Amino acid sequence: MLKQTLAVTLMNLRAIPQRLGTSSVIVIGIAGVVAVLVSVLAMATGFHQTVANSGRDDRAIVLRGGSQAEVNSSIARDNLLTILDAPGVRKDAAGRPIGCGEIVTIVNLPKIDDGNLSNVTLRGSCGQLAALRPELKLIEGRLFEPAVRELIVGAGAAQQFRGVTLGSRISFRDSDWTVVGIFSSGGDAHDSELIADVDTVQSAFRRSLYQSVTALLDAPSSFAAFKDALTTNPTLTVDVKREPEYYAEQSKQLTKLLNFIAYFVGGIMAIGAMFGALNTMYSAVSSRAREIATLRAIGFGAVPVVISVFAEALLLALLGGALGAALAWLFFNGNAVSTLGANFSQVVFRLTVTPGIVVSGLWLALFIGLLGGLFPAVRAARLPVVDALRAQ
Amino acid sequence: MGNIVSLRKVAKRYTRGKEVVEVLHSLDLDIAEGDFVALMGPSGSGKTTLLNLIGGLDRPTEGEVIVAGEHIDRLSGAALARWRARHVGFVFQFYNLMPMLSAQGNVELPLLLTRLSAAQRRANALTALTIVGLADRARHKPSELSGGQQQRVAIARALVADPTLLVCDEPTGDLDRRTADEILGLLQVLNREHGKTVIMVTHDPKAAEYARRQLHMDKGALVDGQVS
Ligand SMILES: Nc1ncnc2c1ncn2[C@@H]1O[C@H](COP(=O)(O)OP(=O)(O)O)[C@@H](O)[C@H]1O
Ligand SMILES: [Mg+2]
Repeated sequence: MLKQTLAVTLMNLRAIPQRLGTSSVIVIGIAGVVAVLVSVLAMATGFHQTVANSGRDDRAIVLRGGSQAEVNSSIARDNLLTILDAPGVRKDAAGRPIGCGEIVTIVNLPKIDDGNLSNVTLRGSCGQLAALRPELKLIEGRLFEPAVRELIVGAGAAQQFRGVTLGSRISFRDSDWTVVGIFSSGGDAHDSELIADVDTVQSAFRRSLYQSVTALLDAPSSFAAFKDALTTNPTLTVDVKREPEYYAEQSKQLTKLLNFIAYFVGGIMAIGAMFGALNTMYSAVSSRAREIATLRAIGFGAVPVVISVFAEALLLALLGGALGAALAWLFFNGNAVSTLGANFSQVVFRLTVTPGIVVSGLWLALFIGLLGGLFPAVRAARLPVVDALRAQ
Repeated sequence: MGNIVSLRKVAKRYTRGKEVVEVLHSLDLDIAEGDFVALMGPSGSGKTTLLNLIGGLDRPTEGEVIVAGEHIDRLSGAALARWRARHVGFVFQFYNLMPMLSAQGNVELPLLLTRLSAAQRRANALTALTIVGLADRARHKPSELSGGQQQRVAIARALVADPTLLVCDEPTGDLDRRTADEILGLLQVLNREHGKTVIMVTHDPKAAEYARRQLHMDKGALVDGQVS
């Protein structure tokens, strides 16, 4: 049985080049599907990695109770001191708690590639910024000073937007700002932000409340005490989260959406490719009808014939899958893209084609090949030998 | 010698929609072991249908088909395929060789259904090719061979597994006179010197002369030449 199957399958695979035209329908169709699936999944992965990279276990973010994100949170100025005085907050050399009350606001900047205005987060932070977020490193220039309209720009934002080089002046509605530094935060969400002094941002944008308070803790284990102190304090109504938890929640929606798009759009295209494969395999079987009938007349069973059809479909599908994944990797892997992030502003991240994604793509290709080969294989097995031998 | 083929009251009907067409009518036929039978008759008279029944490619609507001692009308599809592999060698009008395989590969095909080792398969295929006079073309693809040579390869394929009978449907229908005579001569040698029972459909009276016995069909029935 194995002998027959192997012989019939090899014979058929060697004949594929003669059916190049119809065979390429499978390869190209599946390549398209897999390329789309792989690039959207790469987008989801890149986004997730960027956001999941943000945050440390020993840093906590405090938001108004019930608010999901910084944008719809507010914290009264008076509460800042209460929060930073809570147990577990780390102190600097001078004995001051390390933490900042922050606000975010959306500003518009032209993109480098097409000049279109795009949303960017301008974060108001405080003088403790360097201690609070040590991962945030200045590449060029210096930190902003309080009480003057100076800001620093994340490396991701500097790559994406026009006119944000060191020393340049940026105009927002009714305030002009000077870029005094470029920083990198190692590819996390802050990389796409502009950061300035919180009081200066509040006055420029006529705001008086904070939106969040971020505090550095003595240790990751200090979180429980910190959280308990705040949530049991009757003067506060706040939610306290570790940063990684907060960012994971922020990215969940978009990651979900991207995954949905990947599988939904990928699924629809896959159905199309499957019909293409079906068609190709039907025509392959009918062009082999005489050959199959002759084999059956000689005494070959249906199994080798069925397997030879599947082998052809799967081989072509795998070829298409590999081609699609390779194209997606070649063209998109490492490409920087930006999308609406947590605060409805741009988050810059890189498409990341992981081996896992490639494997998903190949599985999809095999699945399409299997379905596309199924009915033609059944037809091949049931081929009426006598009629096929009669047909000229 | 006994009969290798016995057909008893065999009828074959096709149903096309409501219409029922009877292609063979209550047909009786015996063919002795070692015979060379030419089955003649006008186009559409049912020659191929009859040959397919004898070769176990098709089943009768009614009646019994006993070939090589087996009631092949009672065999299941898979059993029938095994039976064909063991007992029948087919030769077709258009050779039906596998274009991707060499002459040698084509001749080895039926041996894949046996327990022979690769070396034995190779040796037996070469022997069959030697019998048909094509040992020197073993490596050639069908497209590199003439029609007559392709039919020789097909005959080698039909006889390589040492079947009980050779079943040939218009084996010279696509060949010129001279090549046809060579092929018919070959079938005659296989019958006379190798003892193969040969059943050959043809509408060429010259071809039929190579046979020991001629049968004539008309409108689904044997008309004469029943006794040789
Ligand atoms: N599958 C089929 N369905 C209906 N009619 C068929 C089928 N196969 C053969 N026939 C008919 O049976 C008759 C005999 O065919 P065939 O045995 O091929 O004749 P011959 O080989 O003598 O030319 C023809 O009239 C043909 O049209
Ligand atoms: Mg015929």
